[in-house]
Amino acid sequence: MIQAILVFNNHGKPRLVRFYQRFPEEIQQQIVRETFHLVLKRDDNICNFLEGGSLIGGSDYKLIYRHYATLYFVFCVDSSESELGILDLIQVFVETLDKCFENVCELDLIFHMDKLLLLNSPLSSLETVVSSLHGGEGSVTRVKDLYCCRSQRTESCTGKEVHYILQEVVMGGMVLETNMNEIVAQIEAQNRLEKSEGGLSAAPARAVSAVKNINLPEIPRNINIGDLNIKVPNLSQFV
Amino acid sequence: MLNRKGRRWGADACVVGFSGGGVGAEFGDPLRERMVVPSLKLQDLIEEIRGAKTQAQEREVIQKECAHIRASFRDGDPVHRHRQLAKLLYVHMLGYPAHFGQMECLKLIASSRFTDKRVGYLGAMLLLDERHDAHLLITNSIKNDLSQGIQPVQGLALCTLSTMGSAEMCRDLAPEVEKLLLQPSPYVRKKAILTAVHMIRKVPELSSVFLPPCAQLLHERHHGILLGTITLITELCERSPAALRHFRKVVPQLVHILRTLVTMGYSTEHSISGVSDPFLQVQILRLLRILGRNHEESSETMNDLLAQVATNTDTSRNAGNAVLFETVLTIMDIRSAAGLRVLAVNILGRFLLNSDRNIRYVALTSLLRLVQSDHSAVQRHRPTVVECLRETDASLSRRALELSLALVNSSNVRAMMQELQAFLESCPPDLRADCASGILLAAERFAPTKRWHIDTILHVLTTAGTHVRDDAVANLTQLIGGAQELHAYSVRRLYNALAEDISQVTAAYTVQKTSEHRALFLRTSGLLS
Repeated sequence: MIQAILVFNNHGKPRLVRFYQRFPEEIQQQIVRETFHLVLKRDDNICNFLEGGSLIGGSDYKLIYRHYATLYFVFCVDSSESELGILDLIQVFVETLDKCFENVCELDLIFHMDKLLLLNSPLSSLETVVSSLHGGEGSVTRVKDLYCCRSQRTESCTGKEVHYILQEVVMGGMVLETNMNEIVAQIEAQNRLEKSEGGLSAAPARAVSAVKNINLPEIPRNINIGDLNIKVPNLSQFV
Repeated sequence: MLNRKGRRWGADACVVGFSGGGVGAEFGDPLRERMVVPSLKLQDLIEEIRGAKTQAQEREVIQKECAHIRASFRDGDPVHRHRQLAKLLYVHMLGYPAHFGQMECLKLIASSRFTDKRVGYLGAMLLLDERHDAHLLITNSIKNDLSQGIQPVQGLALCTLSTMGSAEMCRDLAPEVEKLLLQPSPYVRKKAILTAVHMIRKVPELSSVFLPPCAQLLHERHHGILLGTITLITELCERSPAALRHFRKVVPQLVHILRTLVTMGYSTEHSISGVSDPFLQVQILRLLRILGRNHEESSETMNDLLAQVATNTDTSRNAGNAVLFETVLTIMDIRSAAGLRVLAVNILGRFLLNSDRNIRYVALTSLLRLVQSDHSAVQRHRPTVVECLRETDASLSRRALELSLALVNSSNVRAMMQELQAFLESCPPDLRADCASGILLAAERFAPTKRWHIDTILHVLTTAGTHVRDDAVANLTQLIGGAQELHAYSVRRLYNALAEDISQVTAAYTVQKTSEHRALFLRTSGLLS
């Protein structure tokens, strides 16, 4: 079982915090801090497994993490999970995030990554993805113009989107789906559903309240424009 | 309209203290004068927080925004409620209090809009749990959403139920979830299956509800459904010996599914690095392990397939290795043929030499699991294990230490102790205590001679004295006390240790403890000086 999924940046600032076991709020924050300190001590070229901290559950739990440039993705799991399997699961999650956010800078907005090391590589070269995603030399960088699309920011690029995507991969601490195409299709369908609601249903309400508040100036009842000699044709047959 | 920072606001502005929407002030009417206070969009809030130079600044930004959010909630504004909650959830992630949003989650979940439900359910998962009375109030909403037939909404409800559903909620909603197990949509079904797993964990009696559909679900082709079903069956078997016996009959079906995956060849949909759905393969292998344990017939049914997987899996990528490790563990746990067991342990031995540290870690962990049951097989790899003690990676050296200690026996104790003593001198500080106590324990069990034993303890005390438990010293004095012929020797050793390093508190303590030998000590030191 997966007990928790944490994403934080190189300074320990949380970017995604999801617990599948109930902890009080203060303990949750402590766990994030403790995990960050444990993970920060690790060099980049040693194994991705750590015995868990004291808070998160003892000897049965371990931390499995991946470091991508400025982000740590940490899964806290118990002994029933396959360690190597979880490494692949983290990769599936990150690649799905990549597919769901069309613009690199949207992800940048949530995660504030200075340089985004995400790849276009097909699933078959996961290992290449893995090794190069460890950052450092030899990494493959796809840096779209990071600042070009700031003005095109959509309403959707906020932290909750990452939760929605995660929910299609892991549910209740268990692996739900690992087929990226299916996950992406579902997310897109849900986003479309949201968009359709936001556009149509809210607009009438907004229009009504806007009309209600129009401050119409006083319209004069009598307009004196002086004497005008206007020849009016005989329109009696229409009366 | 632009606020003083030049940011556009309007749609998101909340009107403080008044109900209903509406932006703008009507002048000349003091009773109805409206103060429109700008409240930030979530992106803007994130940027402001990021822009804060200090923790205090960040707190200020957030507290100000939370005041807006609270006011908006009091206001009861339904149109922007979902945005306000989204902001609240963001600051909650950063560690700020968000309990005042709990009731808003309920309102959003009860709304008919998907946009509202999406954030509302997320809020429920992040902010509500069994300890809050409010959590029961969403039961009705979940029941409605489960039965409405709108897939994304059903998905949200199931996700929430499987995350924070209390025992009471699970009992209430089990019939709804059961109905969804055999619905047409795979999307809803796979979620219902995992929700069932959660429900069984909360209310074990529900096993009787969710056991019958499993056999049929195993015939599905959809990988998500299969993955969930295997997880469900595993949960049922782990909880009840009766369920375990019941599911032994699906072993042939499981073997068939796994064989199809293994021989299917490359399929883009589910493969990772050319391995077909390694996640599903690993789950099946785990279940086979549980079903084949201590059961001759089941073990026999799976034997050939396990041999096939063990020999044919591509080990150049992580995904293949994940499957291979699981296969090895299954082989070792069931009643497999002797030849297959040897093959399995040799695979692990080979992995110990792999250049990938993750592989070495998992190999060490796996060998540790086998050291009790297959001691002689694991012993064959002792030299490689000992090599791993020299790892710079603390996770690896810890595993190597545990395994090395488990491999010490009467025939290899001298050699092993040499290695372990060397490790003790250079190991990372957080391993010192475990290493020291491990050595002392092993020494006690397997010491070939008393003198060797005393030497070992002394060496541990001088190398890592501060990390050793007090009873180690007591043991030493007892040992010395019981070995008359070694008194002179012991005292000499102790004196030398003291002379070498007077700061060794423990050594001094030991000397103090052996006060009855003081006379002997003085005589000996006289001899030495």
